[in-house]
Amino acid sequence: MAFDIYLLEAIINGLLLGGVLALLALGLNLIFGVIDVIWISYAELVMLGMYAVYWLHAYYGVPLVLAGFIAILGVAALGFLVHYLVISPILSSPPINQLLATGGLLFFLQAFAMLLFGNEFRNIGLRLPIIVIADMYISFARLLAFGAALLGMVALYLFLSRTFIGTAIRAVSQDREIMAIMGVDTKKVYLITSAIGGGLAGLAACLLVLQYDVHPDVGLSFGPITFMICVLGGLGRLLGGFIAAFVMSQFITIGGLYLDLEWGYVLAFVFFIGMMFWRPQGILGTRS
Amino acid sequence: MSLGAVNTGLTGARALQAAGIGVLLILPFLGGSDYFMHILIQVLIWAFIYTSWALMGRLGLVSLGHGAFMGIGAYTVVLLWNFLGITPWLGIPIGVVLAVLLALVIGFPCFRFRIVGHYFALVTLALGEVVRLTIIALRDHTGGSLGLTPNRFGDGTSWYALQFADKEYFYYIALAVWLAGLGIWVLVDRSMMRYALIAVGEDEGAAASLGIRVTVQKLRITALSAALTALGGGLYAQYLTYVNPSIVSGVTVSLHIVFAVIVGGMFTAFGPTVGALFTITLSEILRISFGAQIIGLDLSIYGLLLILFIIFLPKGILGSLQDLAAKRAREAKAD
Repeated sequence: MAFDIYLLEAIINGLLLGGVLALLALGLNLIFGVIDVIWISYAELVMLGMYAVYWLHAYYGVPLVLAGFIAILGVAALGFLVHYLVISPILSSPPINQLLATGGLLFFLQAFAMLLFGNEFRNIGLRLPIIVIADMYISFARLLAFGAALLGMVALYLFLSRTFIGTAIRAVSQDREIMAIMGVDTKKVYLITSAIGGGLAGLAACLLVLQYDVHPDVGLSFGPITFMICVLGGLGRLLGGFIAAFVMSQFITIGGLYLDLEWGYVLAFVFFIGMMFWRPQGILGTRS
Repeated sequence: MSLGAVNTGLTGARALQAAGIGVLLILPFLGGSDYFMHILIQVLIWAFIYTSWALMGRLGLVSLGHGAFMGIGAYTVVLLWNFLGITPWLGIPIGVVLAVLLALVIGFPCFRFRIVGHYFALVTLALGEVVRLTIIALRDHTGGSLGLTPNRFGDGTSWYALQFADKEYFYYIALAVWLAGLGIWVLVDRSMMRYALIAVGEDEGAAASLGIRVTVQKLRITALSAALTALGGGLYAQYLTYVNPSIVSGVTVSLHIVFAVIVGGMFTAFGPTVGALFTITLSEILRISFGAQIIGLDLSIYGLLLILFIIFLPKGILGSLQDLAAKRAREAKAD
């Protein structure tokens, strides 16, 4: 078979897409691993972050980098509030109730964004160059997003492994009950984790807004794939989600190359079902 | 409370049910407007779909992907009619069979490998989204996100095509299907399957050790729920004579189903129906008072209510009322 330049281009684009998906999965997995809660509305936090960057940069003329920082802090604050207002009152009810409560939040955030911002597609109007390497077209925005996603993940790793509070977070994720007895303020750890999860969503928002238009339903276009990635990698497994993100993104871009983009997603899902037969606990998960 | 009181209580409930069905039967003759009939039909069809979801939802199998089954039911009937001229009388059963097959293909690995709780919810959520994406991807036939209209047959009223110009026909069809749904609920409620699945929900390992075939039982209830949901979807498509991916499939529809059931109460037979009445009335009131200029208001309120219900009234409107009534009765007895 002849060397296929388009295939290689798709593979590279898949890698770059995988970076952002991995970042999304990382935030969700972190929250699940520590608090044992799934935020169905996670992608909607990303959507709000994208709107924050859009309004600050394209409307009020705040420099992009500064707008990005404000968006990250804003979504982190939002993550804090999600835990404080929605999750903590029902922390002791069945886990599925917490999941459904964040489902209500999904509805609310999506509809509220519609109410506030209308349903137009908005673009920050920034045209980043397309890099041409050996006849392959690589979007600079994607490259930037990939790099920033990797940096964000390294920063999270260092935070979790090198700081006192990071160690506390890891300890709580291993055993919630024991750590509370050992004198760790689990409430505080939960709130900090939620804020970090929100911050990661904010970072993902900054990277996604460079590539995609923002509209109130944008969360639905990458929310479900993020959940699939998390389950595929093993819920709460940071590394598993990381690997799964790159696997799934390859399905999407290669499938999208030969067929339509929707078929890429469908293929990814079929692969996902196949994997469930083989490793239902996820690539790196352990069975409980 | 004496035995006699229990008996009169039961006959009272029976009489109330009979009276309720009687009122529903003569309703079209009371001269309600077309709009009123439209709302009633919507409530009945959705109540049926919500009941189908609650069949498995109340047993701890929380699916966030029932939009998949509804979408299959709706699209199968319209596609078969438009492209092959197959009557909905065959199209709806074919849709139901396809939905059951999908439910089995997804359900088997989930149940065999004990994918429960969060995992199950997320897997089904992804499933709903993939069916929506597949519908869009098959745009040459399905019309993509623009949707699809079933071809009109004759003058628009035909039993063969299941198309009716007057709403009365659909009202009676929807009423019959809704009643059948409640009947199925009652049958399941009284069956051994319910007790088996409650045991499974409490502790899968213990239930299996008692000889309950966990996977088989779960698959049965899931297939039943998927089949009824697909039937509801097919009926809804016939009624609206229009389908598009976002009104019959996808995450939003799936979450709507879950939301309405939780609000109404998922542990009693009429809970999903109360949920349908409540959500549809609410969105109509909001639509009439604020009009179309405020898109998203109804869903914002829905979302907030859903959060509040889960925090404060996890048993829903009907379930909480029943608890309250039971508490009153106990207090009265204690006096």
